Amino acid sequence: MVETVTHGARLRNVPGTIQSIERAAAALRLLASTGRPLALAELSAALDLPRPTAHGILRTLREVGFVDQDPTNALYTVGAGLGSLSTPGWDRHDLRSRSMNWADALAGGTGCAVFVGVPDGRVVSLVHHVFRPDGSPQRLRTNETVPMHATALGKCLLAFAPLVTPAARDLDLQRYTGRTATTPAALESQLVAARRRGCATGFAEYTQGVGGAAVPLRGAGGLAVGALGISAPVEHLFGAGGVVRARLVDQLTAAAGEISVTLGHS
Amino acid sequence: MSERVVAAIDQGTTSTRCLLFNRAGRMLAVAQREHRQHYPRPGRVEHDVEEIWRNVASIVPAALRRAGLGPENIAALGIANQRETTVIWNRHTGLPLARAITWQDTRTDGIVSRLTSEGHGELFSSVCGLAPATYFAGPRLRWLLDNVAGARAGAERGDVLFGTMETWLIWRLTGGPDGGVHVTDVTNASRTMMMDIRTREWSPTLLEALDVPERMLPRIRSNSEVYGTCTAVLPGVPVAGALGDQQAALVGQTCFAPGEAKCTYGTGAFLLMNTGTRIAESTHGLIPTMGYVLGDGEPVYALEGSIAMTGSLVQWFRDSLGLIETAPQIETLALTVPDNGGCYIVPAFSGLYAPRWHPDARGVMVGLTSYIDRGHLARAVLEATGWQTREVVDAMNADSGLPVTRLKVDGGMTANHLLMQFLADVLDVPVERPLGSEAVSLGAAYAAGLAVGHWSNLETLRANWHRAAAWEPAMDPALRRREHANWGRAVDRSYDWVLPS
Repeated sequence: MVETVTHGARLRNVPGTIQSIERAAAALRLLASTGRPLALAELSAALDLPRPTAHGILRTLREVGFVDQDPTNALYTVGAGLGSLSTPGWDRHDLRSRSMNWADALAGGTGCAVFVGVPDGRVVSLVHHVFRPDGSPQRLRTNETVPMHATALGKCLLAFAPLVTPAARDLDLQRYTGRTATTPAALESQLVAARRRGCATGFAEYTQGVGGAAVPLRGAGGLAVGALGISAPVEHLFGAGGVVRARLVDQLTAAAGEISVTLGHS
Repeated sequence: MSERVVAAIDQGTTSTRCLLFNRAGRMLAVAQREHRQHYPRPGRVEHDVEEIWRNVASIVPAALRRAGLGPENIAALGIANQRETTVIWNRHTGLPLARAITWQDTRTDGIVSRLTSEGHGELFSSVCGLAPATYFAGPRLRWLLDNVAGARAGAERGDVLFGTMETWLIWRLTGGPDGGVHVTDVTNASRTMMMDIRTREWSPTLLEALDVPERMLPRIRSNSEVYGTCTAVLPGVPVAGALGDQQAALVGQTCFAPGEAKCTYGTGAFLLMNTGTRIAESTHGLIPTMGYVLGDGEPVYALEGSIAMTGSLVQWFRDSLGLIETAPQIETLALTVPDNGGCYIVPAFSGLYAPRWHPDARGVMVGLTSYIDRGHLARAVLEATGWQTREVVDAMNADSGLPVTRLKVDGGMTANHLLMQFLADVLDVPVERPLGSEAVSLGAAYAAGLAVGHWSNLETLRANWHRAAAWEPAMDPALRRREHANWGRAVDRSYDWVLPS
């Protein structure tokens, strides 16, 4: 489509900057400063943009939670997502609530226990736990913490959420079993492998005989906000040659994808 | 691939959902749409049933798309619904004569107190098991007949039909004005104050007392049989299961043996215990009710205790007080403090339900001091759900002679682990959540699937139940006793707030 407006927003565009981001910023500034809900017509006029262009910007801002739209009169206001920008990550209970259905389905489909973990300083905090559906006695582990370097959940967060987790060299690489990675180099090579496969695994590195696999949960813009993991006896999770069973990883990845959609990941 | 699945529609108070389940009882897809709550006056809550029907027509295809399936993959459709919500419509146009009056609506208090003052209370209790209350559908139907222009004349002419929500949806799904099947199921019918709980037929005596013309009533059918075939939404698929949402959860939780109990935590909370083929008399304010009837099988009864406000109290905390942004964040806020700080909230917003039944009570917040902050209020909101459940369980233990030794829970609030632990603490029994907290929808799917032979028997369904989480009691008994006494004193302060008008 050929834009008919060549002045205004376009003239203000500084070379090397991205025009649509500048326009989005201008739209937010307008909404925040006017102090009342605005109609699309008002916004497109004030931004000097054709209505379809302004609508595209506002729709995108609404998707990421920076703009709210009243369903009854279609007016726009600044969204709650903008106010919580400085709050790191998702509220852990919102995360649990949105994970719950898919975590249950994942446990049912894989026969594994399911965990959701978020980074909490140098450890992983367990936000959600679904028992392994095999009738065996199990204890709810919600709100407990597990070490980053010795679990699939932790390694997943280290690999995919590097800005909100410590560097491998800053972790206390305590040995839990003979298989725990106890040097930064050993851990780093596991993280490289996890990034390559899109999935972190743990082979009896924290508890004897227990393995895990974990993939990131992503929010708006693709940011990793937590990890979704399955856990079971190693022989259930890993096939010949210690390779994690593809069928289980596929289900894990699919569930993480569904939960990520509810977290705003597109 | 020709995978066979069962579809369930859960027509709830705030939204309508469609879920698809495979043979193992696992959910494959879900689609949901909220509908508007109409509050025309204090005490009145209405739903637009045409909006709800449009929502059904959009969510069912959406769920199928998500699962990559078509109507040919659906073995049967089951419906679970908000109970006691009452609608009347014209059988020729398909148009409702008024918005549906929901179960939370208290406008029938005048009708109910008249029934009682005219000496009908004992009659209703003995025939339908229910003492007259604003909670049930019959008085709402009477209100509609008395207040909606053309309703009574239309009903007497046979032009106007009555239904609860499953009746409305089955009628629409099977053709509406063009041959729609006008049926209700025995569990929904048992909540109307019009059905004889022993014969499971409409009671002419009760209809006379309520002044309701019988010809506007649907036929009463079991919970699991083919009622008809969809002509809309899922063309060709049999509608083969219908239960009130709480009885659906009893089936979904596979509480098939006497003494087994479940509690569903949604807008309100509903505790049902299977009492087998025996109708338990309640001397403690519980309701003896139908559990389920599967096809030609023996009727199974249940005792029910309902709590008006659980999730809706959290919604009020979020929407009216604005102290949290989302319902799950109440747990985050509650965890900012170690205890309730001496503060108690009794959410008698529209009176107290089981086991106290005080319609004139209203909500109170007590124990306020300068020490109390929003975290303590969040605790008090959650604890109110715990203590109200305790009161119902105590009554159930007394009435049934079958003490609750563990409680199966489901519903959205089971995502709140702080609340579930508090529940185990105050009940002093283990609380267990099954894999897939969708017991209501699952129960509707089970009823429909049993009717068409998709599942062969109840043992197959039991084998589908898996424990997803369990909370063990861990509260010091002395603390439990003290807090219980405090809660009781708080409830005392909520009584008799509404003056007789």
